[in-house]
Amino acid sequence: MNGRTVIEFHLDARSGVSPYQQIVQQVRQALRLGLLREGDQLPTVKDAVERLAINPNTVLKAYKELEHAGLVAARPGVGTFVTKSLGDVSLAAHGPLRQDLRRWLAKARRAGLDDESIEALFRDTFRSSAAEGVA
Amino acid sequence: MSAALAARGLGKQYGRRWALSDCTLDIPQGRVVGLVGPNGAGKTTLLQLAVGLLRPTAGTIEVLGRPPSDDARQLGQVGFVAQDTPVYSALSVADHLRLGGWLNPRWDDEVARRRIGQLGLDPKQRAGKLSGGQQAQLALTLAVAKRPELLILDEPVASLDPLARREFLQLLMAAVAEHEFSIVLSSHLVADLERICDYLVVLASSRVQVAGEVEGLLAAHRRLIGPRRDPKALAPDLQVIDESHTDVQSTLVVRCDGPVHDPAWTVEELSLEDLVLAYMGRARQQGSASDRRLGVLR
Repeated sequence: MNGRTVIEFHLDARSGVSPYQQIVQQVRQALRLGLLREGDQLPTVKDAVERLAINPNTVLKAYKELEHAGLVAARPGVGTFVTKSLGDVSLAAHGPLRQDLRRWLAKARRAGLDDESIEALFRDTFRSSAAEGVA
Repeated sequence: MSAALAARGLGKQYGRRWALSDCTLDIPQGRVVGLVGPNGAGKTTLLQLAVGLLRPTAGTIEVLGRPPSDDARQLGQVGFVAQDTPVYSALSVADHLRLGGWLNPRWDDEVARRRIGQLGLDPKQRAGKLSGGQQAQLALTLAVAKRPELLILDEPVASLDPLARREFLQLLMAAVAEHEFSIVLSSHLVADLERICDYLVVLASSRVQVAGEVEGLLAAHRRLIGPRRDPKALAPDLQVIDESHTDVQSTLVVRCDGPVHDPAWTVEELSLEDLVLAYMGRARQQGSASDRRLGVLR
């Protein structure tokens, strides 16, 4: 009944993203790319902690959030397993979105923005719309 | 459940100097606590009070609900490795493990042997012949294998090279994941603490500057950057920890209990290191300000 374990976590200390969020993102990313599939096992808390040298609560918190999002389920005494894939649904939408983004980028360059201004504008808009979404 | 460490108005005086004063802490069990501060801030004094090697001049301290080194049971529950990671130089590595087994009721021989194997230490080697880093590793291995409920470590990784440091922290965190005990450790290496600690105590100028759950502390502090402003004219719910000003710009580190709405500020989150430095900087400024006041009186 045990699935395969397929991912190992890593931490980027300079990313400014908290360790627990990095773990959540890495699982979501692996799900989105199809690396992790339903039934696969996430590293046990002890394995993750031993590999990363981080506080066990950080891993527990990340797993709880993934569980809350319905992506994984904990089987007490066994481990944490993937219950849902992310890839299929959103992958289909990637193509058209990428095309829209390409068009927008071309427009921004024509308007005279350099790479740095484009990134700054994107980040700023992304942040303010995310903040509106929360409010 | 009683606190891992509770101090009320705790103080320790050496001659006329207070190495630690008015220290009040209430650290719950199950935390990995980082104790940080400049040299001479009182960190070692606090840790030695916690294990009963020193007696307080003022106030009280309890570990796991009882006074430090109250009785044999209490001693069995608390592990301690001093800053100089002492070992018995005439005894071999294997002797140390045997001694650990005899003296500690909850001794985990498997953990000890596995760790010694990982470190590549020869069990027959006399501890006095080991390098400083290896002696530290041996002392730390004994402390973890003791299976304490509270492990107190004074600068545990200071003498280790980066690889040994990472391996030791891995061992420590794996042990916490398995046995769920509390740790209080002092260190200057905030990057390490950021990975492993969920509770922070900043000690500077013999006083606790700030203490609390790391997550809560990070959520309650922000860096504000904006046009130059008198910090006294800020909203009352903002407490300025650190400030610097140019002719036109102000950069503040503030404690705030809610979101900062003033659109004039660019609001940034802090890293643990920023937070520690802000409180250490404030303590130093207050220290030199009080020196100046004393200077006026003289």
